[in-house]
Amino acid sequence: MSFLEIDHLQKRFARTTAVEQVHLEVTRGEFVSFLGPSGCGKTTTLRIIAGFESPSSGAIRLDGVDITQRPPHQRNVGMVFQSYALFPNMTVAQNVGFGLKVAKKPAAEITQRVEEMLHLIKLPALGNRFPYQLSGGQQQRVALARALAIRPQVLLLDEPLSALDAKIRVSLRLEIRSIQRELGITTIYVTHDQEEALSLSDRIVVMSEGRVEQIGTPFEIYNFPRTSFVASFVGTLNILRGQVADPAHGKILVDGQEVFASRGLERARTGDAVTVALRPEIVSLGEVAGNGNRMRGTVEDVNFLGSIVRIRVRFTDNAISLDTFNNPSLSLPQRGQALTVSFPREAVLALEAPPST
Amino acid sequence: MKPRRLGSWLLIVFGVLYFFVPLLGTFEFSLRLLRGVYSVAAYRIVLADPRFAATVTYSTVLALATIAVGVLLVLPTAYWIQLRLPRLRPVVEFITLLPLVIPAIVLVFGYLRIYNSSSALPLTGSARTTDLLLMFSYVTLALPYMYRAVDNGLRAIDVRTLTEAAQSLGAGWSTILLRVILPNVRVAVLSGAFLTFAIVIGEFTMASLLDRPAFGPYLQLIGANRAYEPAALSIISFSITWACMGFIQVFGRGASGQVAGAH
Repeated sequence: MSFLEIDHLQKRFARTTAVEQVHLEVTRGEFVSFLGPSGCGKTTTLRIIAGFESPSSGAIRLDGVDITQRPPHQRNVGMVFQSYALFPNMTVAQNVGFGLKVAKKPAAEITQRVEEMLHLIKLPALGNRFPYQLSGGQQQRVALARALAIRPQVLLLDEPLSALDAKIRVSLRLEIRSIQRELGITTIYVTHDQEEALSLSDRIVVMSEGRVEQIGTPFEIYNFPRTSFVASFVGTLNILRGQVADPAHGKILVDGQEVFASRGLERARTGDAVTVALRPEIVSLGEVAGNGNRMRGTVEDVNFLGSIVRIRVRFTDNAISLDTFNNPSLSLPQRGQALTVSFPREAVLALEAPPST
Repeated sequence: MKPRRLGSWLLIVFGVLYFFVPLLGTFEFSLRLLRGVYSVAAYRIVLADPRFAATVTYSTVLALATIAVGVLLVLPTAYWIQLRLPRLRPVVEFITLLPLVIPAIVLVFGYLRIYNSSSALPLTGSARTTDLLLMFSYVTLALPYMYRAVDNGLRAIDVRTLTEAAQSLGAGWSTILLRVILPNVRVAVLSGAFLTFAIVIGEFTMASLLDRPAFGPYLQLIGANRAYEPAALSIISFSITWACMGFIQVFGRGASGQVAGAH
């Protein structure tokens, strides 16, 4: 049963539509990420759940109760902002206890809860500091503790790690996930960083231009992108354009060479244009047993990235990148060299045509 | 010394002379009540005059009331404009500037026409309601300073996100204003308050035409009738104003230190 239901949400501004028919059901304790480029409507959707914006149509239901018209301070939803948004005039402990104080809880209970929260975020000694005395990572942890102190039904995080530097971003990411698991709190996480979304989420909602492109587990989103937008936004992806040669067997012609797709192309007719996607890490140099597809091309570029080497191979109009692990005992192909690449049929994903708007 | 620097120094010297010579002259003059010796006799006379204490008290009480009403009016307004109606900002800024453009004498004649004892709202009918009218007119006079001070303070903090953070923690509007916004613009509100105080303490036109026993009209009365005491009074009222400026500096510095620490 869904705990948080986002029911066909729509948000129009004067001239643009920010959110278009977003529908999602989140189960209790689930960690869902909204992933997309800026302006894709992910933050607006989050703000509608928090109550900072009201939808043009659609509804938000939390544990079976329609909260669409409820003001934000009556929603019992915890929010963490990109800019931390700690109250500068209050100490860490006062920040964390603010929600409880507003709810007029007894002082002893507040003190105990604040202590509990500071232990949870591993900053038990910093209760008397002021926000400006903390590092960015510490501030964001305090903001997390503050949002969690009121025992919200849902935790909303709006790009919480974007303002932090890379190392802290990764460690805090792991910490957020472990705290979320420990508390079993239903969480919506907005990010434009695909790595964050992939590593954190139970499910990812990929959004573009106000629309949901695909909803799925990180595994599904990465391995089986349904649209070319998802395919290109999540990870690096090779896009090949060709024509359907034999729909029943999934045979496609790419620059005159035969490529077989993972499945038959039931809805296509011979001669139709088709787009297929291919992950760089699944393509091998040379022929490999079990790889049902072979293509010949020339090396256009060799990019040494340390642990992996990315090689770009051009056919005629199309080109693909492929990744191989670095190995000092192997020699790298040279630019201009002709070679064969191979990849399994299962790796060739036919993409849905983009909506004709 | 380079000629350009010499020029700057000359300007500074000129400025200092321009501002301080009259002041020093006044101060020196205020000490000459007794022939042949410097003394603080003029100050003693002024401070012993019961009207001095009465008018200063009256103006102080009025100033405090003005500050309270001014903050209550300006803080929520500026906050709401910043949060929800940013497009109205130029309009409101223009309105708050009007008291600087319209002379006090014009304002007070307007008041007398609208609120005279035979009008629908006869505020000038009794002393208490006239005090009220005077207080409101002071709120108007101080509006440009108070609004600007508070608005600057609000611009220095992230009003929107702080508001939303407080909202998501269950806070209603009054809690947000009192516990989140006000403490974070405390310095700005204080500097607005001190400016208001300085304006109200020295104001003459409105108090005089509304016939209220404020410090400004008393200053004028003494000035018209005595020789040395007005100089002493001027020095005293200057000191009050400067004390206000000093307080703004002191509190302002505390705040900028805190902001610098945040970055």
